[in-house]
Amino acid sequence: MNMSKQKNPMPTQDPAVRAHNFDEVAKGYDAETAENEADRCLHCKNPACVSGCPVKINIPAFLQKAAAGDFEGAYAVITAESSLPAVCGRVCPQENQCEGQCVRGKNGDPVGIGRVERFVADWHNEHAAAPAEKPVSNGHRVAVIGSGPSGLTCAGDLAKKGYDVTIFEALHTPGGVLVYGIPEFRLPKAIVSREIEGLSALGVRVCTDVVIGRTLSVDDLFDEGYEAVFIGSGAGLPRFMNIPGENLKGVYSANEYLTRVNLMKAYRADSDTPVMKGGRVAVVGGGNVAMDAARTALRLGADKVYIVYRRSMEELPARREEVEHAMEEGIEFLLLNNPVEILGYHNPNDRRDPKNGFVTGMRVIRMELGEPDERGRRRPVEIPGSEYELALDTVVMAIGTSPNPLIKSTTPGLDVNRHGGIVVEEETGKTSLDGVYAGGDAVTGAATVILAMGAGKTAAAAIDKALGAR
Amino acid sequence: MFEIVRRAELNPTVTLLEVAAPLVAKKARPGQFIILRVDAAGERIPLTIADSDPEKGTVTVIFQIVGATTEKLNHVPAGGCLADFVGPLGRATEIGGVKKVAVVGGGVGCAIAYPVAKAFFEAGAEVHAVVGFRSKDLIILENEFRAHAHKFVLMTDDGSAGEKGLVTDALRRLIEAGERYDRVVTIGPLIMMKFVSAVTKEYGIPTVASMNPVMIDGTGMCGGCRLTVGGETKFACVDGPEFDAHLIDFDEAMERGAMYRDFERAAHEATCNLYRMGESKQ
Repeated sequence: MNMSKQKNPMPTQDPAVRAHNFDEVAKGYDAETAENEADRCLHCKNPACVSGCPVKINIPAFLQKAAAGDFEGAYAVITAESSLPAVCGRVCPQENQCEGQCVRGKNGDPVGIGRVERFVADWHNEHAAAPAEKPVSNGHRVAVIGSGPSGLTCAGDLAKKGYDVTIFEALHTPGGVLVYGIPEFRLPKAIVSREIEGLSALGVRVCTDVVIGRTLSVDDLFDEGYEAVFIGSGAGLPRFMNIPGENLKGVYSANEYLTRVNLMKAYRADSDTPVMKGGRVAVVGGGNVAMDAARTALRLGADKVYIVYRRSMEELPARREEVEHAMEEGIEFLLLNNPVEILGYHNPNDRRDPKNGFVTGMRVIRMELGEPDERGRRRPVEIPGSEYELALDTVVMAIGTSPNPLIKSTTPGLDVNRHGGIVVEEETGKTSLDGVYAGGDAVTGAATVILAMGAGKTAAAAIDKALGAR
Repeated sequence: MFEIVRRAELNPTVTLLEVAAPLVAKKARPGQFIILRVDAAGERIPLTIADSDPEKGTVTVIFQIVGATTEKLNHVPAGGCLADFVGPLGRATEIGGVKKVAVVGGGVGCAIAYPVAKAFFEAGAEVHAVVGFRSKDLIILENEFRAHAHKFVLMTDDGSAGEKGLVTDALRRLIEAGERYDRVVTIGPLIMMKFVSAVTKEYGIPTVASMNPVMIDGTGMCGGCRLTVGGETKFACVDGPEFDAHLIDFDEAMERGAMYRDFERAAHEATCNLYRMGESKQ
């Protein structure tokens, strides 16, 4: 038993170096460190970490195998519950989940569960002998809409049971938010494509360039002979603040900014997709997406990058590690600050001045925390007369998304709630339509990879129960 | 991969491609668009659907060579393939309930104006087509328009064909002569649509403009195609591409359209140089 109070530190690229490249920031443990860290687990009788995990991985069991150097055994324990361990080890907010519940955390650091999980998954990917074999088909066909975390999980679970699964993806590359949203330096795309290759080995077909709600409707899928449909279409339309100046040139939604860079590879010289690079950049928002956008701006060559967030550090929703990494890289946090207007260039004497309509800055007002709202979070209140101007070239709005109406508007009888999220039965993922299931951000609004995976899993089990009986 | 089954150069800068895309062809309606990528490093560009044949499983697009991507696209031969071709996206033109319509097209926008005119014509509306080009050698689809319009007015900037002048002059003259349109549909350069909209506003004629802003995914996810319509932000890809022209902030749309002008100019030049080098080696 390793009784050290500290987690084994994660080797990372030097902040001064990594702020200028898109290579992965965290380099991962080596085998010895992983064994050593796994050996910090106390093997509690009633492991709180498992209850903190949205997909209920048997954490003490996989740590025990990892501590003994049986990494393939550890991998088998994890993948009994999770289909994307290399992804989750990197992007899960462990501090609010498994590690947040770990008993070791009461007096020192919790066990570095996420770091060991990542090592185990990477070890498997490097050493695994043969890809999984295609299970014997049970003859049932299932359609999965969207190839993000929930869709991949649902497809994987069903394929393992012998279902004939087809994933329909609107973009040209599968992976959803793992490909267009989360940057290369946090989640290398090679890892995502490896996960998708794993699904292909199980017999899952991926049809890219198909927009359900346009190219095909949900009804078309049933007409084509699919017996069940899982909707994992993701978060949808980016929100804006509805303040003046948001349509100026140089204002992006985080979705657009990150898609240009991650999916379209605008950071590479050989990409045909442009993105504004350099200068002074403000990212509005405090979630993981905001951190990703800010750190991307830095890597695209920005001179100065701000995070503008209307509450304080305590309420900032991003994963702790991302906030720490962002600070180390030199991103400045303007907390308790809120934009009021985005300012642009206008030459009154020359309507054809090429600089017209580009962002020059942002008017920002300082905030203080007032009374708690209905959810117990202290409400940010403007401090009168505290407005000031920030000189800027680019503004990225990372303040969330609202559900995409495409599927809802072309699927009669599919119920959505007042926010536009698809209504499902929590235990099964069943929607208001027979044979149609849903999960992930299309149901909950913007949430985490692991929650979406959990929803994909739940729906896969329910689909298996419904179709397996036939 | 999506095969180009037919390729035709309509004029020195405008090319027609008929692409094998059976699923898209099955659903495509006039007014909708597709997004394509030429190759794996290519950008995603939206092109409005010019025609579709559900039985053959093909979709026709017509494009003008304006930048690096359209230059590359113009170099794909018949029988060659496009990496991606997705759609149909956006909402279709509302055809029903219109008795008499003026379809006003400009330049390569006529490629989109034509299927709209045809749809109205086939639905039994009286169709007046007013189309404008810079000069005679840039005219496209003249015979097609003539076959699907009760009245056809051709304008050129230099008077080398049809009448010399702008489409707005012709439209105003028709209205002044007593033509009573219950709708005007305009498709072409933003500046043209802005002035068509100004003319019809004077006469209180409901007018629809087809917008073609910068876009990436085309499904509402990125918001890059946003524009201001009636003081509200709209996404052209899911709320459009057609909007009430009298409510569109055309000046803002023109500014946003020029966001990457420098990048595009440099990329186009670099692409042309590549092709030139390729040719000189042969």
